Amino acid sequence: MTPLASVFQDRDFISVLYIVSFCLFIYGLLGLTGPKTAVRGNRIAAVGMAFAVGATLLIPGIGNWGLILLGIVLGTAVGVPAARNVRMTAIPQMVALFNGVGGGAVALIAWVEFRTSSGFGDDPTYVAIFSLFAAIVGSVSFWGSNIAFAKLQEILPGRPISIGRAQQAVNLALLAIAVACATAIVAGADAGLLMIGVLLAAAVLGNFVVLPIGGADMPVVISLLNALTGLSAAATGIALNNTPLIVAGMIVGASGSILTNLMAQAMNRSIPSIVAGGFGGVVTTGASGDDGDRTVRSTSAADAAVQMAYASQVVIVPGYGMAVAQAQHAVRELAKLLETKGVEVKFAIHPVAGRMPGHMNVLLAEADVPYEQLKEMDDINGEFNRTDVSLIIGANDVTNPDARTNADSPIYGMPILNVDESRSVIVLKRSMNSGFAGIDNPLFYGEKTAMLFGDAKASVGEIAEELKAL
Amino acid sequence: MLVTNLAILALAGFAGYLTISKVPNTLHTPLMSGTNAVHGIVVLGAIIVLGLGADGALNKALLVIAVMFGTINVVGGFLVTDRMLEMFKSKPKEEVEA
Repeated sequence: MTPLASVFQDRDFISVLYIVSFCLFIYGLLGLTGPKTAVRGNRIAAVGMAFAVGATLLIPGIGNWGLILLGIVLGTAVGVPAARNVRMTAIPQMVALFNGVGGGAVALIAWVEFRTSSGFGDDPTYVAIFSLFAAIVGSVSFWGSNIAFAKLQEILPGRPISIGRAQQAVNLALLAIAVACATAIVAGADAGLLMIGVLLAAAVLGNFVVLPIGGADMPVVISLLNALTGLSAAATGIALNNTPLIVAGMIVGASGSILTNLMAQAMNRSIPSIVAGGFGGVVTTGASGDDGDRTVRSTSAADAAVQMAYASQVVIVPGYGMAVAQAQHAVRELAKLLETKGVEVKFAIHPVAGRMPGHMNVLLAEADVPYEQLKEMDDINGEFNRTDVSLIIGANDVTNPDARTNADSPIYGMPILNVDESRSVIVLKRSMNSGFAGIDNPLFYGEKTAMLFGDAKASVGEIAEELKAL
Repeated sequence: MLVTNLAILALAGFAGYLTISKVPNTLHTPLMSGTNAVHGIVVLGAIIVLGLGADGALNKALLVIAVMFGTINVVGGFLVTDRMLEMFKSKPKEEVEA
């Protein structure tokens, strides 16, 4: 009896460690609600993870130590330098990649479970169902995240890539194949090919779902993939009867879903329509026919500097272009210079500016822009009519007045920053090419608007030089 | 066992919802990256299945990769979040309210 009793004791001990670990997760995530407590919160969650891993290694009968260690060492060797060296502008693709490997791990676990239990034949039915759910979702998440990574890293073009109208039918067919193979397995079939069918159909589906999604929709897609990996982890937890997996996976599933929803709301679009994809692929002429009369007024760095130096309030609107050009530090310098000249400087942050939720905030925080200068859309929109100059740095769709006025525009109804209400607008832009979503922006042709063409970082630097000379 | 686990699942869903719905826009990127690290918890699943005896070279290889993936997810996720949040904290002087 004694050895058995000690095993039971062990089990309880492990369970207690598990409870401690997920309490730490929740407590840590609560810390993320404020900038002051966030660092500590993240570290508390990391400690929770250490508890969970430690407790798991105590499970009686655990062997294959060398291989477990090998996996952990390899993972650390890849993960640590990647996280240490990534530039802040590249965070979205890093998160996509980390998210993808999580999904990949889930899919691999389900695959091995299938192989070692003669097609879940030795397990209760629910284990098979949850494992197969995890396999499908994990595989979709792995491949989808990899595509998102490739798009953000510009290995693949950011514009939507699709096979046209048939896309949705093909996607549905792929999902049907995956579910059909899974159903056959649950019904008792144990052919290895069926499981490969599940994983493969889900893999192709993951590719096909993310390929047609344009860069501007990336914040939504990354949140969604994050939620999916969380849900697949929770399903694995149920299949393996492991409480921390269920708790942690589900928390991520829930939080990812909230974020996805928030992002979709900020773009006034439904999640299904985003996933259906193809948004922005069509080159819309919007208010067509008047292309001939529209002229663009371009300006010089010197003029822009004078204009801003004599303003009483300047609002800077950063977008993905600022991230691409790595211009955040130059922008901070410019803002400082303007402040020394007595100009009030504020930053207007649209919720979906950039490629992931809160992307601009991270970059500006990196450049030490004070928290109080960062204004959310609802807070700043009332101020544009008192603003002398709106300086737009690599943002496009989030300033497009068509979203308010042109019912034909693909982004009609999306809440935007009302920069066109300010007395003048200066737009820093590489060229007249339309933005990531390929949508025409009448703001650029407005009477109050002046364009300053060139690399955002270089342009900001030139303006700063001119300001110093004033 | 299944029913207990489903109860845990449902409660965890609400806990996650309530925890996260208070996070301000500013912190959405670190939040996402932090929760991303949390779902690296799948590494537990990989360790359990590998540790409790998976036979055969292919199974073992797949599981070592799964452990590696999970570890990348956890370690990378927490580290990158930490780096990001340090920048939010490093605001020089006044930070009156949180």
